[in-house]
Amino acid sequence: MNQIISSEEMNRAITRIAHEILEKNKGASRLALIGIRTGGAYLAKRFQDQIHAIEKCEVPLGLLDITLYRDDLTEIGPQPNVGETEIDFDVSKKRIVLVDDVLFSGRTIRCALDALIDFGRPEVIQLAVLVDRGHRELPIKPDYVGKNIPTAKSGSVIVKFEEHDGEDGIYVKENE
Amino acid sequence: MNLLIKQVHVIDPQNKVDGVFDVLIKKRLVAELKKEVNSDGVEVLDGNGKYLFPGLVDMHVHFREPGYEQKETILSGSKAALAGGFVAVVTMPNTDPPCDHQSVIDNIIRKANEVPFYIFPCGTLTKERAGKELSEMADLKRAGAWAVSDDGAWVSDSLLMRRAMEYASMLGLLVMTHAEDKRLASGGVMNEGIMSTRLGLKGIPNASEAVAVSRDILLAQLTGAPLHLTHISTKESVDLIRLAKADQLPVTADVTPHHLALTDEALEHYDTNFKMMPPLRTEADRQAVLEGLGDGTIDAIATDHAPHTEEEKMAEFPEAPVGVVGVETALGVALTHLYHTKVLSLKDVVIKMSTRPAEILKLPKQFGQIKVGAEANLTLVDVNQEWIVKKEEFVSKSKNSCFIGMKLKGKAVATICRGQLWQKQS
Amino acid sequence: MNHAAWKRKDLVGLKDLSADEIRLMLSTAKSLQEISLRPVKKVPTLRGRTVANLFFEPSTRTRISFELAEKRLSADTINFTGSVSSTVKGETLKDTVRNIESLKVEIIVIRHPASGAPHALAESLPVSVVNAGDGINEHPTQALLDMFTIQEKKGTLANIKVAFIGDILHSRVARSNIWGLTKMGAKVVVCGPKTLLPPKVESLGVSATTDLGTAIKDADVINLLRIQTERQSECFFPSIREYANSYQINREVLQHAKPDVLIMHPGPVNRGIELASDVMDGPYSVILDQVTNGLAVRMAVLYLLSGARKKAAEK
Repeated sequence: MNQIISSEEMNRAITRIAHEILEKNKGASRLALIGIRTGGAYLAKRFQDQIHAIEKCEVPLGLLDITLYRDDLTEIGPQPNVGETEIDFDVSKKRIVLVDDVLFSGRTIRCALDALIDFGRPEVIQLAVLVDRGHRELPIKPDYVGKNIPTAKSGSVIVKFEEHDGEDGIYVKENE
Repeated sequence: MNLLIKQVHVIDPQNKVDGVFDVLIKKRLVAELKKEVNSDGVEVLDGNGKYLFPGLVDMHVHFREPGYEQKETILSGSKAALAGGFVAVVTMPNTDPPCDHQSVIDNIIRKANEVPFYIFPCGTLTKERAGKELSEMADLKRAGAWAVSDDGAWVSDSLLMRRAMEYASMLGLLVMTHAEDKRLASGGVMNEGIMSTRLGLKGIPNASEAVAVSRDILLAQLTGAPLHLTHISTKESVDLIRLAKADQLPVTADVTPHHLALTDEALEHYDTNFKMMPPLRTEADRQAVLEGLGDGTIDAIATDHAPHTEEEKMAEFPEAPVGVVGVETALGVALTHLYHTKVLSLKDVVIKMSTRPAEILKLPKQFGQIKVGAEANLTLVDVNQEWIVKKEEFVSKSKNSCFIGMKLKGKAVATICRGQLWQKQS
Repeated sequence: MNHAAWKRKDLVGLKDLSADEIRLMLSTAKSLQEISLRPVKKVPTLRGRTVANLFFEPSTRTRISFELAEKRLSADTINFTGSVSSTVKGETLKDTVRNIESLKVEIIVIRHPASGAPHALAESLPVSVVNAGDGINEHPTQALLDMFTIQEKKGTLANIKVAFIGDILHSRVARSNIWGLTKMGAKVVVCGPKTLLPPKVESLGVSATTDLGTAIKDADVINLLRIQTERQSECFFPSIREYANSYQINREVLQHAKPDVLIMHPGPVNRGIELASDVMDGPYSVILDQVTNGLAVRMAVLYLLSGARKKAAEK
C-alpha cells in the first residue's frame, strides 16, 4: 500500500474545496452538508469546520448510510451492517452538498441521491469528493474534486482520517 | 421341512442351556438338541458364531386391524415382528371396533394364521374401552383373548377396576394396565421438566404414572388378581413395583426399548417420531428403569409397537399421534444398549424378551424355552452384526421409528415360527 | 459498531441465538428506526421480494406490525389469516407452506398455535421462516422489541433486573425474553401464582417467586403478561378478582419499586386486572414505545434474513 497524497496535500485540497463550495453557492446560507458513511462522514465534518473558520457560521451536517439502497443486496450475503442515518434538519429548499471520500463507479452516489429524495426536495444537490479515481458506471459527475487519481479498476484507493485512522493521507493499493 | 442348525450357541435360561449345539427341526418340532447331529438329507443352516434363543415374545403391540389398516394390518405387523425375531405378540385392543366382542378376536386370530406367527389378542377390560361397564370377558376368553386391558386409557373408576380385576382373575385372564392418570397428564405432550420448559410444550408429570401405578398395585393387593403394568417409564413407578414385589404381590411389569435407550432430550427438534405415551423421561428415570430391569423389578421388555402413517406423524408436535414402531428394532436396541453396555447378560436379555413374557402370559410349552419334542419357535441372532436403522428398510407399513439413523449392534438373522423358517427376504 | 454477520436463514427463537447475534439485531433495528420518522417512510431494500404472513391464530398487533415493517422495506406482502381447524382441512402445514413457496415467496412469517411448528418448517424447507409466536414456546420478535426498548431507556441490558409478572407457564413472550435477556447479562425474575410458573423454570437461569413484592423490589423493568380469563376454569387460580388482588400492578404496589422503573406489557392489556389504568397511562409506562420499536425490530429481522437466505440457498 503506497501513500500517494501526504497529509499536508490532503488538507490543502479540503481547504480549497471548502472555498469552492462557498464561492459556488455564494456563501453559507441555505447550505447543508451530508456525508456518506463512513469516509464521507469524516470529510463532511472537515468541510463543516473549514466553513466555520471562513464564514463564522455552522452549516447543518447530516450523515447518510446508503446500505438499504444498494443495488447489489440480492447478490451478496450475509447482509452488510446498516449504519445509522442522522439527518436532523429539513432538506427541503436547501442547497445540499453530498460528500464522499472516493468517487468510483458512481453507484454509491446513486444510492445517496435516492435516499436524499426520501427526506424532502432540496433546491440543488452537489457532489464533493476528495478523490475521483475514474471508472464511472453511471452518468454521475462531481462538482468538487480534491485529486484525480487514475487507477487500475481492480485496485483500491484508501483515504485515512486522523480521527479514525490516527493519520491523514491517501493510499493506493494494487490488487495482487 | 427339516432343518439342522449346526454349531449354534443355544441360550435357554428355562432349561439352563448355555452352549454350542446342533439343533434339528423335524416336522416342525425341535427333534434333537445335541453336541452333534447327523446332517444327512436335511437342509443345514450354519449357526457358527450365532446364538439361538427361544423365540422372542412381545407383550405389547398395536397391529391396528380392524379399523386402521392404513397404519398396519395383522399381516404386515406379523411380518414385521418375524423380521425382528418375534414369534408371538399380544395385540392391544384399541382397534375400531375395539376388541370388546368375540367376533373381533376371532378375526384377529384367523388372520394371524396367514403367516407362520402367533398372536395372543388382548381384549378390552371395559366396553368400548370407555371405563364405564365391564366387557364380556368370558366370551372374549372363549374366542381366544389371552389378556384384558384398556390400553391407551386407564380405568379411572376405582370400583370398576376392582371388579374388573376380580372378574378377570376368576377367568384366568391377565389384566394389563396402561398406568396414566389422564387428568393429571392434563393434555401434556411430553415429559414435564426442564425440557418441557425449554421447548414450550405441555408436560406430563411422573406422578401421572405413579399415581395410577400405586392405585393399581393396591387393587392387586385387595383382589389378589395378577396385574401387569405395561410400559413403565418413571423412577417412582419402579420404586412402587419394587415394594409391591417385596410384599409378594402378584405384580409384573415391562418397559419399552425406547424408554431404556432414550430420554426427553431427544425432543429438541420437535420430531414427532419421539412423541409417545408414556413420554420419554429424564436420564434419572432411564437409569431407574435400567436398574429395575437389572434387579428383576421389571420383568420384561415389550415394544408398544404403535404404527402411524407418515402423513399422520407430519402433524405439528402437539397434534401428532403418540407412539412409535418397535418390533423390528427391539432386539437390536436391547443388545446395543443392554448387552453390549453390560447392563444385562445375554441370558438376561433372553429372559426379558422371551422367558418371562411367556411365563407371565402362561403361554404353552413351545414358548419361552427350547424344549425337545415341542413345536420350534426360535430366534437366530447375530449379536455382533452392526447395522444402521433405515426408514426404507422397515417391513412394517409404518416407519415412525425413533431409532432411524441410529447404529445398532446385534440383529435377528432368522426366525423360526410354527416350525417354519422365516427370513426377511422370504 | 458490531461486525458480526448474520448467517441464519430463519428466526425461530432466541433460544438458539448468540449474544452477538442479538446485539446485531438490536443495532440494526436502531439504524432502521429513523426510517419511520422520514417524510417518505420507505426504503427500497426488499423491492421485488415477497413476504407471506401466515397467521393461524388471531393476532392484530403483531400482524399489523410485521405487515408495516415489510411495506417500509418495499417488500410485496401476502396475508393469510385463519384458524387451523377451519381453513386447512386435510392439508399438512408443510404442504400449505410449500404451496405458498411455489409462488416464489422468500420469507414466511408464521404464527401457529402448535409449539415447534415454525421449527419443523425451517428445518425442512428452503424458505426463510420468521416465528411470530408458536404455541406457548417463543415469540422472538416481541422479546427483541422488549430488549430494544429496555436498552433504549436504560442504555444497557447488562445487570438490568427485569421482573415478569403473571402467567409465565403459558407465555411465549416470557420464554423468549428469558432466553434473550439472560444471554445479554440481564437478571430475570419470574413471578406469578405457583400454578402458573413453569416446572423447573430456574433451570433457564432465572429466579422465581410467588411474591409480587419480592419480584418488583429493585426491578428496573416490570414486564406484565396478559392473564387469560379461561385459565380460571382450568383451575390455575380461583378468580380474576383474587388474581388482581395478589398480582395487579397499581400505584400502591409501585411505591415499593424503584422510582425510575419501566412498566412494559406485550398487549393487549386487561385494564384493571393485571395493570391499573392510572399506571398504564402514567409516566412509568413504555407500552406504546414497545409498539413503535416493534416496527424497527421487525424490519431488522426481515433485512438480516433476506441476505442470509441467498447464502443458504447456494450451499
